Amino acid sequence: MHEQFDLAKLIFGRLSWEAIPYHEPILIGTFIMVALGGIAMLAVLTKFKLWGYLWNEWFTSIDHKKIGIMYMVLGLVMFLRGFADALMMRAQQAFSFGDSQGFLPPHHYDQVFTAHGVIMIFFVAMPFVTGLMNYVVPLQIGARDVAFPFLNNFSFWMTTAGAILVMASLFVGEFARTGWLAFPPLSGILASPDVGVDYYIWSLQVAGVGTLLSGVNLVVTIIKMRAPGMDLMKMPVFTWTALCTNILIVMAFPILTATLAMLGLDRLFDTHFFTNELGGNAMMYVNLIWIWGHPEVYILVLPAFGIYSEVVATFCNKRLFGYTSMVYATVVIMVLSYLVWLHHFFTMGSGASVNSFFGITTMIISIPTGAKIFNWLFTMYKGRIRYELPMMWTVSFMLTFIIGGMTGVMLAVPGADFVLHNSLFLIAHFHNVIIGGVLFGLFAGVNYWWPKMFGFRLDRKWGVYSFWLWSIGFWVAFTPPYILGFMGVTRRMSHFDDPSIHYLFQISLVGTLMIAAGIGCLLMQIAVSIINRKALADVTGDPWNGRTLEWSTSSPPPDYNFAFTPVVHDNDTWADMKKSGYRRPLKDFVAIHMPKNTWAGPVIPGITFVMAFGIIWHMWLLVGVTFVAMLAVAIYHTFDYKRDFYIPADEVTRTEEERTRMLEAHV
Amino acid sequence: MIPKTLRRGVFLAPLVAALLSGCNTVVMNPTGDIAKQEANLIIVSVILMLLIIVPVFILIIWFARKYRASNTEAAYEPDWDHSTKLELVIWGAPLLIIIVLGLVTWISTHKLDPYRPLDRLAEGRPIPAATKPLVVQAVALDWKWLFIYPEQGIATVNELVVPVDVPVRFKISATSVMNAFYVPELAGMIYAMPGMETALNAVQNKPVQSVGFSANYSGAGYSDMRFGYRGVPQGDFDAWVQSVKATGGGKLDRANYLTLEKPSIKEPVRRYAAVDDDLYYRILNRCVTDGVVCQDKMMNDDAKKAREMAMVRYAPQQAATTRLAQANGEVCTTPNDPVKKK
Repeated sequence: MHEQFDLAKLIFGRLSWEAIPYHEPILIGTFIMVALGGIAMLAVLTKFKLWGYLWNEWFTSIDHKKIGIMYMVLGLVMFLRGFADALMMRAQQAFSFGDSQGFLPPHHYDQVFTAHGVIMIFFVAMPFVTGLMNYVVPLQIGARDVAFPFLNNFSFWMTTAGAILVMASLFVGEFARTGWLAFPPLSGILASPDVGVDYYIWSLQVAGVGTLLSGVNLVVTIIKMRAPGMDLMKMPVFTWTALCTNILIVMAFPILTATLAMLGLDRLFDTHFFTNELGGNAMMYVNLIWIWGHPEVYILVLPAFGIYSEVVATFCNKRLFGYTSMVYATVVIMVLSYLVWLHHFFTMGSGASVNSFFGITTMIISIPTGAKIFNWLFTMYKGRIRYELPMMWTVSFMLTFIIGGMTGVMLAVPGADFVLHNSLFLIAHFHNVIIGGVLFGLFAGVNYWWPKMFGFRLDRKWGVYSFWLWSIGFWVAFTPPYILGFMGVTRRMSHFDDPSIHYLFQISLVGTLMIAAGIGCLLMQIAVSIINRKALADVTGDPWNGRTLEWSTSSPPPDYNFAFTPVVHDNDTWADMKKSGYRRPLKDFVAIHMPKNTWAGPVIPGITFVMAFGIIWHMWLLVGVTFVAMLAVAIYHTFDYKRDFYIPADEVTRTEEERTRMLEAHV
Repeated sequence: MIPKTLRRGVFLAPLVAALLSGCNTVVMNPTGDIAKQEANLIIVSVILMLLIIVPVFILIIWFARKYRASNTEAAYEPDWDHSTKLELVIWGAPLLIIIVLGLVTWISTHKLDPYRPLDRLAEGRPIPAATKPLVVQAVALDWKWLFIYPEQGIATVNELVVPVDVPVRFKISATSVMNAFYVPELAGMIYAMPGMETALNAVQNKPVQSVGFSANYSGAGYSDMRFGYRGVPQGDFDAWVQSVKATGGGKLDRANYLTLEKPSIKEPVRRYAAVDDDLYYRILNRCVTDGVVCQDKMMNDDAKKAREMAMVRYAPQQAATTRLAQANGEVCTTPNDPVKKK
């Protein structure tokens, strides 16, 4: 009897039927929908025999372009989940006044806002940004793939494994109820004994490995694999921002990993890094997590700045104004982003000199950021601006972002921060810069590079609807929180007593619904474009009259990107090539050396996922087995020496001739 | 493309309107001097930044319209990409503003440092020489606020009353998780953390009936972790203290405190006619429960032990004994007032 009990515990840890939230109607409804949708999708995949296709062409692919697209699919799926959380929060706050408690009890609401933050930052913004960099950077620098193609696939699957863990917490157990940075002591074992925080820690640990390795990969790619002639000051600005972002990733993510590891040790093995007892101190966690957290903000926004730079120059038909100062501004922001973390907790009781130091360094960041805005502005000056969707998003970004920048500098003044910190003003501020800066940038980037990725443009009509709904909906949703901040209303509230502020939350809900409609239009835009792909086709490979190298190949580019590695003479390489009468080479193609697909890329993260699940639920037997399996597979994989092949010259010739025919037919 | 910018302007209007009218924007129209100065700081920084934001806003709209592709009248210079003078302006102008704002920040941060004792009651009103600050020890519990008035010897739960025009010196701590002590009428927030003490010096200038709350998410009962806040004339304050003493619900001793400390949501107001003298010290040093060693003593002992070990390990053998004796004599005692010294 006794022995049997132990065995069950060894196998199942603390997992039991209690962990299934069958008493939560919202979750059960969601689960049924997800399950039905999942079964339907599996059925379709099986019926059309797509499993082999998916496995061979996508899941195991080491092609940076396919991995980039998979990252973005992951980002889009998680975006829908994160936005569903946002809708629930807005709805809860719009109805939970006075006697009404709304439809979410604190136990559920607190998970929702935590999940919203975690998902939107780690599993929406990060995959989208990484995906775009993965897709675009090798093309922009004239490379055929990234430096470590296997690692790229592996990184993607680690990120995905983390995302699946977060999703699993919806139906098995629960997610953290701590806020998206899980400050101890609240996230400690005493205040949060349940699995929520463990899901948080281990999903981020697993995904963090992916992010870090993908950062290493892209840094090396940009440093070592640029086309001949492309010295650093001839790199496209997007590549520059990608370089700075990935340097930030490489330097910041280990801090996150270490911090979460210590929190995990506190929870699992009774150590005392951040506890109240035995010399632990929670303030260390707050410092450490923000030493990662503030660079993280720039990890997200720098690539967006890069996208705007590409878009502005292209659609103004003009060279980017102040390329050099743009590059220096990017680098300065990268360095300064490490010197500001304390502005997230001026209210923690540091001395006046410390607070002033971090307040002033924060303000200094607004100088290079301002210079960037001016550079885009003067690129428009004496340009010929074509208002295609990417450019519309860019103008909307500029108008939205400067307000977010202004409120950010307000918060950087410690005296002002004392009254605005943790208020809805703060919430409005960071949504203003993340939606207005990062998300609008991603929309601009997706609309801009979509034809390159798929060979047809995105539908304009639905794109314009989406654009207006987002641009206006944003202000309807986030002006009320700005005002509420001045009324002293704090964040993360699940219930309000004061009925006089009720209407502001209802306005905010209206704005959120507008954004929901905007997301609907975005999905429609994609669907309509796929249906009309013939009419929207881009056969030239250069639909926008682009300026950088990715527009010199076909849309979508061949597996090998470039039949011959281009030679670079100017920082707007493709514009320069077009101007000087570049002709595509038509013969003398040679075989091209390429990396082979990998089975280990999805398999090792798959095992890691199971191991992380085991740690969360204390299934120590499973953890042991999967840990050994993970090591064994990784070692076995290192003996796989057949990792490359040659695309024969014939095939290259065939592909290039096909393109020649298409180009001729088009003219 | 232009109507969008106009429409956006319309949506920004409420923000500006709220700032100006301040219908019930307590943060911008508080009745305490510290909070007032903090609100002024918001206004100063906004004005400074608008100096550059407004022209940029206008330029974006202007250029976006003027240089649209369909306007072939406008100048077009596809290769114009540099101007040293312009670069100087676009880096220099923000720099100048940030220098000014940086100065404002440095000075105001020091003047509004929550640890700093007040030097005035309000603009142009120095503190009368005879005035002694009122000390209030504020403790964040799960999920309610405990206020101890050590000089008056009383304690309350979820009710804070302060006399008007008397500097108040809050000492702030917590029991289990992080919270933030925030009374918008009075002054900005400061974190309340277990095992640690933060401080806040502030003054209430007008009688007021308002609320304070935790401004840092702390778990399930966070939304209701609010307390009544009243500023009353000195006479009324004294009368209130007397009434708490006369009608209050017994003494807040260690046993009562341990019951009170248990997590609860929407705790009603409680008043205690008396309070254990060392209760706050024990909360801060996490030794309210019998038999638990107080944190300051533990740290003191640890430091002493570490010093002894270092002496034994490194000092020459003969001198070790004497050094050890010296070391034990030297060990510092913990300051009685753990608040940062000014």
